[in-house]
Amino acid sequence: MGRRWGRAGRYALLTVTAVVVGFPIYITVVNSLLTPQQIAHRPPALFPLHPLWGAFVQAFTTAHLGLYLRNSAVVTVAITVAELVTSVLAAYAFTFVAFPFRRVLFFVCLATLMVPMEATLIPNRQTIGALGWYNTFPALIVPFMASGVGVFLLRQAFLQLPRELHDAATLDGYGHLRFLLRVVVPLNRPIIAAFGIYAFLTAWNQYLWPLIATDSNNVRTVQIGLRQLESLNIDQINVIFAGTLLAAMPIFALLLVFQKQLVRGLTAGAVKG
Amino acid sequence: MSDADLAPGAAALGEMAAGRSKDAANGHRRMGRITREAAVGYLFVLPVMAVFAIFVFYPLLRTFWLGLFRVAPYPTIPSKFVGLSQYRNVLTSPDFLASLGRTGEFVLLTVPIGIVLGLALAVLADARIRGIRFFRTLYSSTVATSVAVVSVIFFTLLNPTVGLFSYWLGIKGGNGILQSNTWALPAVATVTVWQNIGFTFILMSAALQAIPEDLLEAARIDGAGGRSRFWRVTLPLLSPTVFFAAVVGIIASFEAFGQIDLLTQGGPDNHTNVLIYNLYTSFQNNDFGKASVLAAALFVILLAVTLVQFRFVERRVFYG
Repeated sequence: MGRRWGRAGRYALLTVTAVVVGFPIYITVVNSLLTPQQIAHRPPALFPLHPLWGAFVQAFTTAHLGLYLRNSAVVTVAITVAELVTSVLAAYAFTFVAFPFRRVLFFVCLATLMVPMEATLIPNRQTIGALGWYNTFPALIVPFMASGVGVFLLRQAFLQLPRELHDAATLDGYGHLRFLLRVVVPLNRPIIAAFGIYAFLTAWNQYLWPLIATDSNNVRTVQIGLRQLESLNIDQINVIFAGTLLAAMPIFALLLVFQKQLVRGLTAGAVKG
Repeated sequence: MSDADLAPGAAALGEMAAGRSKDAANGHRRMGRITREAAVGYLFVLPVMAVFAIFVFYPLLRTFWLGLFRVAPYPTIPSKFVGLSQYRNVLTSPDFLASLGRTGEFVLLTVPIGIVLGLALAVLADARIRGIRFFRTLYSSTVATSVAVVSVIFFTLLNPTVGLFSYWLGIKGGNGILQSNTWALPAVATVTVWQNIGFTFILMSAALQAIPEDLLEAARIDGAGGRSRFWRVTLPLLSPTVFFAAVVGIIASFEAFGQIDLLTQGGPDNHTNVLIYNLYTSFQNNDFGKASVLAAALFVILLAVTLVQFRFVERRVFYG
């Protein structure tokens, strides 16, 4: 008896918590398909009986969502590719190449994990200004072309490769670059993918730096676009909801495809094994 | 002596000479290989090091340096070197202490609740029953949102005139939750907890699944009930993950900016003006000296949090 009640109770709790966790997104979807009048109606509509898609069109026309999404795509893809390349190279050097001060330089990489981005904000804004990069893509990309997390995670993974593999490759006349590209990268594809997803997510969601490093819509990312969206008038409340959904959509799609890699990337530092 | 007598010696000498020159050649080649090897190493770490030098270490030092200069109220007047006095003034000002206090409150409102909820959801969803995948995906789903996305959604739902949540809370126009001195910070904290729940859930679920089944089985055979298995076996094994979530959570709360900027802008009446927002507004007002002192303080506090936690908490957590 206890077990049956236990199972029923678990389903009941699962359902209640699912409603609580899922409701804000659900109501966002519903409201993006209603008119402002319907949204303001009381008692509120919790289901779109006659869905309308006009709010999504307006999000592109009046709220420039297309431009913001494009900017975010440019910045995020550039950061992700750059972080992958620089982290793989550095992690490889820290694992397979012998050079003086290797340990010291690795600890320097680790030390960056202790420096929050906020602590470097003001001088970095000045650097960007001095380089003439204010309001440009380089301002949003270049400061993030290296990642301490990436170097650390990938080095941990590379260390798991058997030493004999490197010796055998050297005997076969493989140089470092060939060994890296033909052996190390293919064998570590899962962790590289996991870090790539993590890097993409982090870059896409950046808020404070893009806010400070730009003030022109031509380069502003979608997160900052949301700030503009929020200030829309209440009679465009459906556009606010639609635009928010559009801003979230790319990441939702990405996670549906790469759920496993994301879980791996997020938990890599926390769970042993 | 005949040539024949000399021959072996000469041959030996010749061999030795040849050997020596071969050694020398090897030495050169080895030296060449070592420097080449080192060159490859430096070349590979150069991009990372260059970015870190220019955009992490240099600006970190410069932040401390800029804290020594007081910025004049007019942009045309150069800033003046005032030494440590600006650090003293800013760090003892009621304005800084108030924002530090609100940051502490914010940490307390977000971190423990976030961890308990994430763990509870993970335990709840840790069962092999039909449909569990749906629930797991749903609980994880908030990782796909950004702070800005979540903040705009809640801001709109909390709008005092048309927001659904305001309606359910019985608010009709006038001030909403986000305009209330008492409730603004808890509201921002709730939004933050909601946004982080997916991440905490994923962390805790992964940790739960990493617990060896035979340990729980052994406890069951020893007659431990469900509750005591959780407190005596599961929780101690989860402690490293809880510890990790706590450190990450505290750091994230100190860095929580987007939700403040989008929900309350530090208001009402500074009630959500946490340290990072104080830094931002000082920066926006071109008070780079004060902003730098606040940034330096933020850095030192987060460094201390990490180090203290590692020192004291790590000893008490169980690494299986």
